[in-house]
Formats: sequence, structure tokens, C-alpha cells
Amino acid sequence: MTVDELNAVPAPAGDERSGDEANLAIRVRGLVNRFGTQTVHEDLDLDVRRGEILGVVGGSGTGKSVLMRSILGLRTPDEGQIEVLGRDARGGDAESRLHIQRNTGVLFQDGALFSSLTVGENVQVPLKEHHRELPERWHYELALLKVKLAGLPADAINKLPSQLSGGMRKRAGLARALALDPPLLFLDEPTAGLDPIGAAAFDRLIKTLQEALGLTVFLITHDLDTLYAICDRVAVLADRKVVANAPLAEIEKLDHPWIQEYFHGPRARAARGEQTESA
Amino acid sequence: MTTDTAPQIELDADQPGSIRLSGRWTLHTALQSAEVLRDLPEPLTRIDATGIDQLDSAGVLQLLRVAHRADLQPDALQFREDHQALVSTIEEVADDRPKKKRDLGVLAALERLGRSMHATGQNIVALASFLGESLVKGARLVKEPRRFRLTATVHQMEQVGLDAVPLVALLSYLVGAVIAFLGSTILRDFGAEIYVVELVSIAFLREFAVLLTAIVLAGRTASAFTAQIGAMKAREEIDAMRTLGLDPMDLLVLPRIVALLITLPLLTFIAMIAGLAGGITVGAFDLDIPPQMYIARMYDTMEVRNMLVGLSKAPVFALVIGLIGCLEGLKVEGTAQSVGERTTSSVVQAISLVIILDAFAALWFMQVGW
Repeated sequence: MTVDELNAVPAPAGDERSGDEANLAIRVRGLVNRFGTQTVHEDLDLDVRRGEILGVVGGSGTGKSVLMRSILGLRTPDEGQIEVLGRDARGGDAESRLHIQRNTGVLFQDGALFSSLTVGENVQVPLKEHHRELPERWHYELALLKVKLAGLPADAINKLPSQLSGGMRKRAGLARALALDPPLLFLDEPTAGLDPIGAAAFDRLIKTLQEALGLTVFLITHDLDTLYAICDRVAVLADRKVVANAPLAEIEKLDHPWIQEYFHGPRARAARGEQTESA
Repeated sequence: MTTDTAPQIELDADQPGSIRLSGRWTLHTALQSAEVLRDLPEPLTRIDATGIDQLDSAGVLQLLRVAHRADLQPDALQFREDHQALVSTIEEVADDRPKKKRDLGVLAALERLGRSMHATGQNIVALASFLGESLVKGARLVKEPRRFRLTATVHQMEQVGLDAVPLVALLSYLVGAVIAFLGSTILRDFGAEIYVVELVSIAFLREFAVLLTAIVLAGRTASAFTAQIGAMKAREEIDAMRTLGLDPMDLLVLPRIVALLITLPLLTFIAMIAGLAGGITVGAFDLDIPPQMYIARMYDTMEVRNMLVGLSKAPVFALVIGLIGCLEGLKVEGTAQSVGERTTSSVVQAISLVIILDAFAALWFMQVGW
């Protein structure tokens, strides 16, 4: 599915929503996640609009990854409603789930590449699974295309993940996430563990791909530079909720202790300074 | 798929060699688009792709390839404005992998044989040097007893020894009973059922107790050692240990080997008792040999040396199982598959080597006359 089709998907019938609501790629309502007695999310709402890069920030342990896993269906939340691309991600039937799987790409923190397969075989896994009808040569060529698209040299395709550096593993993970040309991309700390130059290059890559492929990106990050460089809006997780979901300029002004500390600490000032200088 | 969304090609009536594309050109319709691209006008001069309503990288790749094959100028392939960004990121790629050579014939078979011989040779050398390293590090423990990890050793003894007691006892009991049955069917013809006592006792004390225990531990413990150490190796925990100034031999290998050296003889003794109990049970219920008589007969005919011969093999087998289990674990490389391969290899090697050594030992003890 491409962006055009994605945008053309009508809102479920009988649902009275404003045009704005129908244009959501992800819609989370009243999400509750508990681990034993510890509540991570309490009545959490989140909207991700189609075609935007949403940065998700929050201190350690505020449940950013848990939120992503809930949306992806890797974790069954205790309560709440999750819609992805207009389909019910929680109680939906197998067909809805397959639709979501085919139309989302995920980059896990350390790439989560299959360690016994080469990079090329890793990228071919979703192609072989979901497009068995295509000849093997096409699988290979599409994989090579995605590997190059993710900024890896062509000879990386025959390497095992253990032979790659951390940054290259992330790129290989991104190539696999993009294998099916999904309109919705999840990135879990894509720049963590990269050197600043590598991180900036990865940011640019994400932005370029997002513009070229018209992606919607759900991006978990701790990296202030990433937020300032590529995010259209930022969702802040604190107090077991999304306390704010707005463009950065508005978020910075909000009167919330964690936000104030986060966006007005020394590192944030440095990141902001860089952006205004380069602008 | 409805017809209006399928990839379509229209020929331009005014300009021969010029085509107009429409519909969706995506991964989902890739086969259909390959089909319609098969009959193109010759020569192809211009492709107007502005009528396409959905396009993804698979579609772009196909079109770029067609344009390349027809040797079109870059501006002869036109895309819609909002598809331009996508097109500009895509490079043409081609499958340029060399054709795989099929391995056939005697030469290939010989090559495989040679390679596996070489690998086996290297394996033997690796095992011997690992034995040497373990002995050196073990001797160091005597000099520096503070290096000995008592807690780890006791923990391993529990897992390797105590937890295996029910399994070893049950299997030995059953095998003891089976030997008694088998022996009695033949000895009954000669009216010599009473010799079942000697049969079971000699078989168990000399061979079966220690062999059964070693095989059970080779399957149960060697695999566990390999998987535990292998997973740590794969997650760089072993490297972390080294940088912290800890010796993996002290921390991981020696406690496991010492635990095996202590528990395998004890388990062997339990297996002996259980096997004899199996013989006694069959004797009492099937051969009309009351337990008192069975035991009295055992006292008359058995010598302690039979048991000592059996027990003397236990530490050797313990060393073999422990060394192979740990060594294979340390050979693991980063991948999940590697852990699996090494675990299989460690169980196979341990069981084979135990049986081979036992066969040689049987010959030797017979020659020496013990």
C-alpha cells in the first residue's frame, strides 16, 4: 500500500468523526498498561496524523517502548482502544492484523536482525513471506534496492549482522523495516548509540525517506537533536499519560516540570542553538 | 483487484513508440505490471508515467529498468510531480550474483571428506589443549585456593547431580530389570536361572551403571553447559568478565568440571544400586529367587574390584563431558544458530567419546585381568 491509498482509506462507517480524526494513522484511546501493581499507562490518549514524523519523548521508565509494543500488538494492553491505519489493532480479526503487519515497518533498538541470516536475507524475509508469488530474483533486487536506500554499501548485503558496526546494523534494520514499502514506520531510538555525525546522517536519512515515500513515522527518541531536526510534532510521556502532543515550539512553552527541565536544560539549549545557527 | 486499479499501458496514437501508464504500480501489482510491460512498442521512445495514481519503490524499479533497456534519455521518462521525490531516491539495481556452482561428483565428495577430516583433527587438538589449560588452571587452584568458587561449584553440583538422581535411578532400575529378563530367558533352558544374579551384578557394576550415567549426563549436562556458556559468549558476557579481571576458566569452566567430577561417581553408585534393585525385583517376581537368596548369592560371587572397575571410569567420563560441554560453549560465535550447532555437537561428541573410551577400557581391564 502506498501513501495515496493510505490517505484514501475511508474512516470506518457509522463513526462520526471530524475530518481531522479520519486522517489519523494511529489513534489510541484510554490505554491502560499494568505490570503487576505498577501502572505504566493510565487512560492514555495519543493521535498520530498521517504523513507526519511524531517524536515520542519521556524519561526512562515512562513506558515509551511499552506504548510502541502495545500499538504493534506485541503486548496486549489491560484496557483501551488502539486503531492503526483505521483498523482495530486490539480486538481485530486476523485479516486486520495482517493488514497492519503488512503496512508497518519497525526498527527495533539494536536492529533486531536475525543473527543467522545475512543482511540481504534479513531484508528478504518480509518479501518472501508476504509476496511469495514474485520470483526469487526480484526478492533479491528489491532487497538490494532497500539496502542501498538505507545508505549501506552494496557489498553489505552478503554480511552477517555480527560483522556490521552498530550504525550499519541500524541501517540494515531500517532496510528490513522498509522492505514492503510500508506507509507507517516505527523507530525505537534510531540514533541511540551512534556517533553525532552518524546520528545526524541517520536523521537526514529518515527525513529524506519520509518525504520521498510519504511515510508516517512514530519515533521514540532521547536525542534532542533528532527532535529539533526532523520531528513535525512531539508527544511527551509523563505521569502515565501523553501530557502534550504538539509542535516543538508549543511544547517548549508548556508549564510542566519535566518538560521545562527537558527542553530548557543545557543539552536542549545546545541542540536548539545548533538548529537556529544552521537554519 | 478491480480493473481500474490494475497497471495499464496505452499506446499513443499520434506518436509511435510513446506509451502512457496508469493504475497502481506497486509491490502488490508487480506481477501484473511485469505482464503488461512484456509487449512494448519497438522502438520505445517515451514513457509518460504521470497517469499513475499509486507508485512505490518496486514500481519505480521496474520502470527504470524498462527505460534502461530501451536506452531512453532521463527526460523521456516522466513522473508525476509528487512521485518525483521517490523516484530520485531509487537507484537501479540488478541481480549480479554469480551463478551458483553445483557440487557434484567424486571430487566434491572427496573435498567434503577432506574438510571434515581436517575439522575433526582440529577439534581433537582444541580438546587436548583445553584439557591442558583446565589442568593448569586446576593446579593453580591448589596453589591459590582463594580462586576456587565454592558457591558456583555447589550450585552446579545441585543442577548436575542432585537434580539428575531420579532420572538416573529410574533408567538404571529399568535397564537392570531388562537385563535380568533377557538373561533369564536363555538361562532358564539350562535350569541356571540363579546365574542371573551374576549377570546383572557384573553388567551393572562394571559397565552399565557408569555408562548409563555418563550418557544421561552427556545429554543433560553437556548440552546445558554449552548453551549457558554459549549464550554468555554471544552476549559478550565472557569478554566483559575478562575486562573485569575475572578468568572465565575460574568462574565458569572449573566449577562445572569439579561439580561433574564429584557428582558423576556418586550418581554412578546410585545407578549401580538401582540396577541391582531392578535385578532383584525381576528375580523375586519372575524367577522365584527371594531377595534374601539373591543378596546372599551376590555376597558369595561378587568381588569389590568389579565395582571399583566401574567407579574408576566415572571421573574420566566426567572430565570428558565437562570439557566438551564447556569448550563447545566457548566456541559459540554471535549467532543464535551457532548456539544450536555447538550444543548438538557437544552432545554428539560427549556421547561418542564416552562410549569409545568405555570400549577401550573394557578391553584393557580384560587384558590386565581385573
